[in-house]
Amino acid sequence: MRSCVLAVFLMSVAILGGCSEGVLDPKGPIASAERQILFNSTGIMLAIVIPTILATLGVAYWFRSSNSRARYLPDFEYSGRLELLVWSIPIMTVILVGGVAWVGSHDLDPRKPIASMVKPVTVQVVSLDWKWLFIYPDQGIASVNQLTVPVGTPVSFELTSSGVMNSFWVPQLGGQIYTMAGMTTRLHLQADHAGTYRGAAANYSGAGFADMRFNVDAVPAEKFALWVDAARNAGPVLDAQAYADLAKPSKAVTPFTYRSVAPDLFNGILSSGMQADAASRHTHQPSQEVQK
Amino acid sequence: MNFAPTIEAVHHGALLSASEAGPAPKRLVVAYGFWIFLLSDIVMFAAFFAGYAVLVRATAGGPTGAELFDQTNVAIETACLLASSFTCGLMSLAANTRNRVRTYFFALVTFVLGAAILALEIREFGDMIAIGATPHRSAFLSAFFALVGCHGLHVAAGLVWLVVMMAQIATRGFRPAVERRLLCFSLFWHALDIIWVGLFTVVYLMGVSP
Amino acid sequence: MNFLGKLSWDAVPLHEPIIMGTSAVVVLAIVFILGWIVLKGYLPYLWREWITSVDHKRIGVMYIVLALLMLLRGFADGIMMRSQQAVAAGGAQGYLPPEHFDQIFSAHGTIMIFFVAMPLVIGLMNFAVPLQLGVRDVAFPTLNSVSFWLTASGVLLTNISLAVGEFSKAGWVAYPPLSGLQFSPGVGVDYYLWALQISGIGTLLSGINFVTTILKMRAPGMGLMHMPVFCWTALASNLLIVAAFPVLTVTFAMLLLDRYLDFHFFTIDAGGNPMMYVNLFWVWGHPEVYILVLPAFGIYSEVSATFSGKPLFGYRSMVAATMTISILAYTVWLHHFFTMGASANINAFFGVMSMIIAVPTGVKIFNWLFTMYGGRVRFTVPVLWTIGFMVTFVLGGLTGVLLAVPPIDFQMHNSLFLVAHFHHVIIPGVVFGAFAGYHYWFPKAFGFTLDERWGRRSFWCWFIGFHLAFMPLYVVGLMGMTRRMQHYDNLDWQPWLMVAGIGAVVILAGIVCQVVQLVVSIRDREQNRDLTGDPWNGRTLEWSTASPPPAWNFAVLPYAAETDTFWNRKQRARGKRDERAQEREYDPIEMPKNSPTGFVTAFFAVVTGFALIWHIWWMAGLGAFGALVTFLVFAFRHEDEIEIPAEQIARFDRAHPVGVVI
Repeated sequence: MRSCVLAVFLMSVAILGGCSEGVLDPKGPIASAERQILFNSTGIMLAIVIPTILATLGVAYWFRSSNSRARYLPDFEYSGRLELLVWSIPIMTVILVGGVAWVGSHDLDPRKPIASMVKPVTVQVVSLDWKWLFIYPDQGIASVNQLTVPVGTPVSFELTSSGVMNSFWVPQLGGQIYTMAGMTTRLHLQADHAGTYRGAAANYSGAGFADMRFNVDAVPAEKFALWVDAARNAGPVLDAQAYADLAKPSKAVTPFTYRSVAPDLFNGILSSGMQADAASRHTHQPSQEVQK
Repeated sequence: MNFAPTIEAVHHGALLSASEAGPAPKRLVVAYGFWIFLLSDIVMFAAFFAGYAVLVRATAGGPTGAELFDQTNVAIETACLLASSFTCGLMSLAANTRNRVRTYFFALVTFVLGAAILALEIREFGDMIAIGATPHRSAFLSAFFALVGCHGLHVAAGLVWLVVMMAQIATRGFRPAVERRLLCFSLFWHALDIIWVGLFTVVYLMGVSP
Repeated sequence: MNFLGKLSWDAVPLHEPIIMGTSAVVVLAIVFILGWIVLKGYLPYLWREWITSVDHKRIGVMYIVLALLMLLRGFADGIMMRSQQAVAAGGAQGYLPPEHFDQIFSAHGTIMIFFVAMPLVIGLMNFAVPLQLGVRDVAFPTLNSVSFWLTASGVLLTNISLAVGEFSKAGWVAYPPLSGLQFSPGVGVDYYLWALQISGIGTLLSGINFVTTILKMRAPGMGLMHMPVFCWTALASNLLIVAAFPVLTVTFAMLLLDRYLDFHFFTIDAGGNPMMYVNLFWVWGHPEVYILVLPAFGIYSEVSATFSGKPLFGYRSMVAATMTISILAYTVWLHHFFTMGASANINAFFGVMSMIIAVPTGVKIFNWLFTMYGGRVRFTVPVLWTIGFMVTFVLGGLTGVLLAVPPIDFQMHNSLFLVAHFHHVIIPGVVFGAFAGYHYWFPKAFGFTLDERWGRRSFWCWFIGFHLAFMPLYVVGLMGMTRRMQHYDNLDWQPWLMVAGIGAVVILAGIVCQVVQLVVSIRDREQNRDLTGDPWNGRTLEWSTASPPPAWNFAVLPYAAETDTFWNRKQRARGKRDERAQEREYDPIEMPKNSPTGFVTAFFAVVTGFALIWHIWWMAGLGAFGALVTFLVFAFRHEDEIEIPAEQIARFDRAHPVGVVI
């Protein structure tokens, strides 16, 4: 029983502790809406779950065999009214939460553009072994392991993978989406507050997975323009050769930017995913060599 | 106090429903268990069918079904299989009357027809591989070879089983255990027929339709 | 081509002290135990009475022994992960390098699901179902032995990977393309695939066996609606096995074809579709959850009714809920990958379907509650596990429904919140249930009860340890920590992971208590003898025979035309003069003969599997040929039954009087 109190205590600490960062400290409309749904659904269910836990403990304690005051009802095995009750309580809860889920799935569909007066920024995301490549097709630049976005502007993501499946996740901005070779997924996020937020590779992808993280810098529009200008004037060019070099497995890559990006590189990656060359097979070394 | 006799006495007059009659005879239990196995086998084929349906358009620039499938070959295979099911049925009837000669004869016909299907299937595979339509060429061909090959493996297993059954009849005669296994074999053989009908429709008929 | 395929001395990781040390200890322990058995002359006994046994009770016990041993292995993996994550923060790398850590979490998941949870529930079903049905064995006793030994083969292959080669580093779900040849060229994924293919066939055969047993072999008078609820849940679970495991077999077969014969089912080139694997895997994977949890629900039903001294409340509701869950289990698989980018309608549909499963599950919780209501609840260890389950599981169910809401799943998927959730349902749902069943049926299996004091200690350690270990994972999940991190840079997460590590240590204390409990109970077995066959004042037929039951279970098949037959007989017999001394008529009983088929088949399965993993083709051929010969030898056996004479049965019955004869 003590542990139950402990559990509830931990859950509440969880909510407080999570406030500094993460899902419970949203910095954009999508993450806020997702947190709201989390709270609403939890609230609806706790209204049933807490009484159930208390009733379980209460009934078990009161009807302990040593309690002579408790009535023994050895034939109490069916009651139509109670059966109706035990089926209808969870059904009603599920109708409520199911409604939340149905509406939420449509409102927060990752494919759905964010309604805004501001013109969205497009970012093409490629998950590589083991780093993230962000291409800004309209700005003609690209960055690795560093995503810079203007505050208050919807960001429209197109995502794919160079090989292994991964998942793009910025907890404080909103939900994740898989990146899969040869396929494109879509995601729309927006940062409402300036700041630096953690981004994660959420789907395990092999040996360098733990270091595969990035930061999202949400900056005011004018600073974003400055950043774009700075990027255009420094760093290498991202063409097919540079991409092939980048695609080789490497861990914990320090963020850097590309001055320019070959046109249509993203589509090239998409189709090259369909015919990955056999050479990369030998770039992933097994933990120990096996003799052929 | 021993209540069982009194209560049983009460119930003995009443007609017990089959579900309350106690453990079923062994013949029923074996056949029932084999049915359940066949259902699981059909689920297995269903998964291969699903894989084929997903990948049927993924030809990766390689040949499509319409370019590869030879309808005549498939028609002969289908005819052999349906005929073998019929002869398998005749074999069961012969076994029921404990007629050894007829059983052997129809088993032999069934075996020959089954072997013919297998030979035709292998020839089809060989022809395709010869023109470069191997399972490595595309996901579509991988799915095709796996689905049809799985059926072929079942036919091959069935042929081995049939030979073993004939050996059992020869050495053991029509004992209950042998009869139960013959029953299971015919169930198996008919199930392969049903799967072939699905295969024929989904792979070959729909494969050549534009 | 090399005579031994890919196998060479390099495959043995001699430079890894942790692995070599562990392997050495395991090998020494096995050598020691085997040596002891041989020296003491127990080998013939072991061969005769256990290895070749086709008795469902013996097979059930062996399943549980196997599961408990693998629990130790899986838990060792778990506590290594927890300790690694407790220290590997900031710049620290901890003590497990990625290639080791990645094998550990892959092995942990694989072992816990396939080689702990599955054998636990299958073992308990094996032991209890035929007894509860009032029959003498399962439908196909030799097949049952084959099933067990094939499971053991999978276990053996998985454990060989510790010392020879490596285990999979692709996670327990082994998603391609990561698990494909391109990104996992080593033997790890092959170990995973062949071990699970072999044990999967065993499980499928078990499923067929039990569906047939339950539907075709019940005591006279026992209609379906008179079956104990555990038998209903076993039926549902085995129907799910029959319909789900073939899909897993096909999925793994496709991946094997990709890896061995250069097929393109799941490759990223030539039109392969890795997402098809994800779909197929979870078409098996979600029903698998219910394969595990439904029998546990059955155990909770038996325990709550027995120890409340009352019939189960709402028997029909329970049956309906069980069967509803087993059907709905096939309609929810997509909730494991809402983040794949399916349309809103598809996500919403699968989200709502997933929640609907919470309805029958909720009904069950309320029914157990009302079973205790008006009862005389005896707080034995099984009841502690049951109440511990009820209060914990509703919260685990809550987080499950949260994850079924697609927008919440977008945030929590692949995070430690998810990890916390599925441990929160599987540990209370399956493991607690199996422990309750273990304590509940132990006296039936061995003739003496387990020590209550150490049982209670074990329960409290598990219960507290569980919350300490997994509640913090919800927190770090909400803070944005993903699963499977070998190290991390965010120091805010570390205190929570340290608490989780302490929780794992408390669970370890719980496991130690269970070991002590077993030792103490064996030491004190004379005081704790169960002479009546009915130590708990039980309700169902297994308590109407001696503990341990004779090989034939029931001298005369009981007549059971009502639920709780045994309880009702006891009630009617109460106050009447004991006339059981009255002689009954005994008939000889035909029992299936022991057979080494299962063991020999498994031997060849291991040989074949190992050869295929290492590409030793001649050996694979030899193994397959051996299996075929074994099968033929079995098919041509002369007799498979022995007759037990009536005098022997009568003698046993006289020596083991039971309270009420049915």
